[in-house]
Amino acid sequence: MMKDLAFTINGNAVMVRIDPHTLLLDVLRETLDLTGTKRGCGEGECGACTVVVDGEAVNSCIYPAWKVEGCNVLTVEGLGSREEVHPLQESFLEKGAVQCGFCTPGMLMSAYALLQKTREPDEKVIKKALAGNLCRCTGYKKIIEAVKDAAGKQNKL
Amino acid sequence: MFHKYYRPKHLAEALAVLSEYEGRARVMAGGTDLIVQLNKGDISFEAAVDITNIKELRYIIEEDGIKIGALTTHTDLAQSSLLRQKAPSLADAAGEVGSLQIRNVGTVGGNIVNAQPAADAAIPLMALDAVATIVSASGARQVALEMLYHPGGGTILDPCSEILTEITFRPPSDMGGGSAFGRLSKRKALSLPVFNAAVVLLPAADDKNIMDARIVMGPVARIPFRAREAENLLRGNAFNEDLFHDAADTASREAKPRDSLFRGSSAYRKKLAQVIVYRSLIKAWKDMGC
Ligand SMILES: Cc1cc2nc3c(=O)[nH]c(=O)nc-3n(C[C@H](O)[C@H](O)[C@H](O)COP(=O)(O)OP(=O)(O)OC[C@H]3O[C@@H](n4cnc5c(N)ncnc54)[C@H](O)[C@@H]3O)c2cc1C
Ligand code: FES
Ligand code: FES
Repeated sequence: MMKDLAFTINGNAVMVRIDPHTLLLDVLRETLDLTGTKRGCGEGECGACTVVVDGEAVNSCIYPAWKVEGCNVLTVEGLGSREEVHPLQESFLEKGAVQCGFCTPGMLMSAYALLQKTREPDEKVIKKALAGNLCRCTGYKKIIEAVKDAAGKQNKL
Repeated sequence: MFHKYYRPKHLAEALAVLSEYEGRARVMAGGTDLIVQLNKGDISFEAAVDITNIKELRYIIEEDGIKIGALTTHTDLAQSSLLRQKAPSLADAAGEVGSLQIRNVGTVGGNIVNAQPAADAAIPLMALDAVATIVSASGARQVALEMLYHPGGGTILDPCSEILTEITFRPPSDMGGGSAFGRLSKRKALSLPVFNAAVVLLPAADDKNIMDARIVMGPVARIPFRAREAENLLRGNAFNEDLFHDAADTASREAKPRDSLFRGSSAYRKKLAQVIVYRSLIKAWKDMGC
């Protein structure tokens, strides 16, 4: 039976009518039309679907939607927009950390969650925080550089 | 697939729902194992009883030993300064699970009940001689982790009527001992162990001899496997590297890993057992000094 789920998405309170078994990724992409969050593997292995729930990075593809009842969910759409690019996104662009872009929303959300918790992460810490996000294009080096760059401008994040 | 989703705030409520469904409802914690199994069609049930809203089941405290709530996440375990100090094997192991996203959601209770032979948190907990508290509508019982497993695989806990609520153990450091964890996987993240092992060493009163040793390895049997012969070899003898070599050789002989396309041949993994058990013994010995 469908029921109403209330939570906050990118700062806005929403109510969606969903099934008991609906997963968070489907609510985002299908119900809310927030297609910035990507579906890669669908089983927790690639990180393309990463979103931030109450400050923690999670894989939305294996996350039951009902778990976010009353929670704050942040997706890439809430981070920045074409007009207002978030400093972290700016670093990704400037450092050439985006190629095909499929992994980028997930990478950004993992990096964002990290920077919210750790002011000055070193390379080891960055790698550990992004290890759940696979990228088939960049070879990761530029992504790590971008996160370091963003950490350097923390006061703006 | 399931048709009802419950998120009780209290244990009693969760147990009441499970009773009401008479075996057709199933406990869900983080869901990192359960959702994947559901998506694959491996399992199904009528109702999911998500217990993660039962906030009182998420804690790590020291009170007559160390007590860990079943809903404690791998991230919680890995970041616990108490565990780092008193049971580093468990903190290290939890830090190796999957990825940060998985560690943020996956729980210690789920790791145990899912009963994978190389479950990264269950392996060190079994070496720590942990005891699980299991609660059902008819009461609570305590079961040593080791007795929780069926020799043929799986656990004796029924996740459709019972809830694992707590894991307790006496930290080795309280007895002057040490613990360590070792693991090899194909990649550093998002990669299940090809082999893992946890070790606990406890000194006799003279500090020179080994009073007790526990060695647990995975995946070399259907469940986490205790290398009892290697433990016997260590017991009563003086701490030294040669003895550790002999114990690691014995543990390797006891291990019965299968040939696996994913994890490597049995011969390779027996060799790995020897190396990783040896290194873990050395590490646990060093941990005793702390
Ligand atoms: C991409 C990926 C990578 C992973 N990597 C690793 C890894 O490296 N090492 C590793 O060990 N595991 C790994 N796992 C497995 C999994 O994340 C862990 O086992 C985790 O600890 C399971 O916890 P959970 O809370 O998500 O369990 P759930 O999926 O919620 O539950 C698992 C099982 O336990 C039952 N259950 C859960 N909690 C309780 C309870 N308190 N009482 C009674 N029954 C209960 C459920 O009914 C179910 O049968 C990985 C999983 C994924 C998807
Ligand atoms: S799509 Fe979720 S982890 Fe791959
Ligand atoms: S930029 Fe293509 S997958 Fe990362």
